[in-house]
Amino acid sequence: MSGNLKLLTDTLARARQEGRAALVTYLPAGFPSVDGGIDAILATVDAGADVVEVGLPHSDPVLDGPVIQTADDIALRGGVRIADVLRTVREVHAATGTPVLVMSYWNPVSRYGVERFARELAAAGGAGCVLPDLPVAESAQWRRQAAEHDLATVFVVAPSSTDEHLAETVAAGTGFVYASALMGVTGARESVDEAAAVLTRRLRTLTDLPVCVGMGVANARQAADVAAFADGVIVGSALVATLLDGDRDALTRLTAELAAGVRPGYPASAVPRFSTAR
Amino acid sequence: MEHDFFFPAAPGSLPSGDGYFGAFGGRFVPQALVAAIDQVAAEYERAKADPAFVARFEDLLAHYVGRPSALTEAHRFAEHAGGARIFLKREDLNHTGSHKVNNALGQALLAQRMGKTRVIAETGAGSHGVATATACALTGLSCTVYMGETDMRRQAVNVARMELLGAEVVPVTSGSRTLKDAINETFRDWVARTGDTHYLFGTVAGPHPFPAMIRDFQRVIGVEARRQLLERTGRLPDAAIACVGGGSNAIGLFHAFLDDPVRLIGCEAAGRGVGSGEHAASLTAGEPGVLHGSRSYVLQDDEGQIVEAWSISAGLDYPGVGPEHAHLHTSGRAEYRPVTDDEAMHAFRLLARTEGIVPAIESAHALAGALQVGTELGPDALVLVNLSGRGDKDMDTATAHFGLEAAR
Repeated sequence: MSGNLKLLTDTLARARQEGRAALVTYLPAGFPSVDGGIDAILATVDAGADVVEVGLPHSDPVLDGPVIQTADDIALRGGVRIADVLRTVREVHAATGTPVLVMSYWNPVSRYGVERFARELAAAGGAGCVLPDLPVAESAQWRRQAAEHDLATVFVVAPSSTDEHLAETVAAGTGFVYASALMGVTGARESVDEAAAVLTRRLRTLTDLPVCVGMGVANARQAADVAAFADGVIVGSALVATLLDGDRDALTRLTAELAAGVRPGYPASAVPRFSTAR
Repeated sequence: MEHDFFFPAAPGSLPSGDGYFGAFGGRFVPQALVAAIDQVAAEYERAKADPAFVARFEDLLAHYVGRPSALTEAHRFAEHAGGARIFLKREDLNHTGSHKVNNALGQALLAQRMGKTRVIAETGAGSHGVATATACALTGLSCTVYMGETDMRRQAVNVARMELLGAEVVPVTSGSRTLKDAINETFRDWVARTGDTHYLFGTVAGPHPFPAMIRDFQRVIGVEARRQLLERTGRLPDAAIACVGGGSNAIGLFHAFLDDPVRLIGCEAAGRGVGSGEHAASLTAGEPGVLHGSRSYVLQDDEGQIVEAWSISAGLDYPGVGPEHAHLHTSGRAEYRPVTDDEAMHAFRLLARTEGIVPAIESAHALAGALQVGTELGPDALVLVNLSGRGDKDMDTATAHFGLEAAR
């Protein structure tokens, strides 16, 4: 059985045809428990998520802020294993038909076995991986396996990335490009930096891959602002925070608001934050 | 032909152009850091070829740090090591009290060259934090040091020193609240502020070029010791011994001897024993993996989650080790042996009572190794030990460990 890269690509293309951005949601596996995490992800899909990222909790999440650190910690103390992450992928995809990505730091994948991880992720119906601490220069082994198993390799780029790095990254990546909206770790911010729009514009000159923007997006208004220029809006910490508060209704409500935010007609910011001219 | 100036390392030294020492090293970092790290690498290449930079670095080492540091023969201590001759390389006599100042000054000068105004650093025992705060005070850079909450308790004196030197010390409350988590938090700061900030990494780990650059700044230790020992004894040592946490003092000692017939022995912290699960012996008991930006040996479970380390010494309490050590370990050029808390504390007190020198508990691990190696090699042996730091910072730990009067 092969992976679902094509499903991911088609899903993003369909959103584009509908004249809107896709909503990509992130929740860690095993948080607050394995079954609880699956239920939470299913709830985000019901509420309008187009693509889901399942976090593989790590002991040393250097690109994550306090909210996801805390969630990872709870998942790991609950004993989450890679088999649980793969089960989460399988059950979510089987129940919804949604493309499911795994977001993981490199060491767990490397330790588990790159070939084994790719094969089992594809068998679970996964669409690919986001690997935030694996730069293109170190990624050859993973990309071989990803190609073998029809999995997306989503690289994260940042406003600080040079044109040369961006070109190298979009040439190596598949599925979409993850554009970090700001310089920093994951976590909700009061406003989304203009840097995201600039970075997206730079990427457009280099690639036809969809550009999804994440990091710092916390509410529907910000999602609408990002949707004005990006193909997808990625939201993680703000969703995780609702579960840390133990508020499942808030998770569903926020996801539904975000889903409205990525669609045309959502009231834009009173003062336009971005120039949308390309 | 001997390469007898100490900075930088001879051309042709590892790592390869992409930062690999054999199978270890590389650069596993978020894309957001790649541009900043590229800048460090490029500026370091320019700096080491710039006579003015080299002269400024050498001048500071001579007239600010007080180099060359002394080489002291430990006669009475050696009586407990099978009668072998033991020489101590006295990095404890450096300004700030440890080898860490060599690297801190080198990187502070580099930060200035890059036009950075702010320096951030992690610290475990506080030695690197103090050295960084010192270098920043000297060069007029602002300084923020991340330190695990557990370590702040263990090393309260060093926290006060850093603050006195003008640094901000930020307690780290995530994870094990020790060195590993302080490094995570410093990386998180750097990702958000690469524009004006240099991460003054403290050991020969991290993403390329840090392992090579920091080794170059530390290799003065071995170059001096080699020269001093040849002058004093007319021969090379049989063994050169150093403690290994991340491994900067050890690589600084070892690098000058790589092409010599000298056994290189790194002493890892075995904590309460490698079998106890409470240790920091990454090479003895770890396996290859990626932590803090490079591939090396790390303490991890079967699914790549990093396992918390333990050592009585905050400076060795780290579940990873520099990639060049991983390479020297797998190639067999260096050997690494575990030393327990108790063995280190025995050597700690023994050196104080036989030589009138109170070592850092980190360095006491190397001294414990010297007691073993001297005994193994016998009375004709010549053993060189890197005394990487002084023990003033460790008085609270020693007081508690030995039940000294002050504890009552």
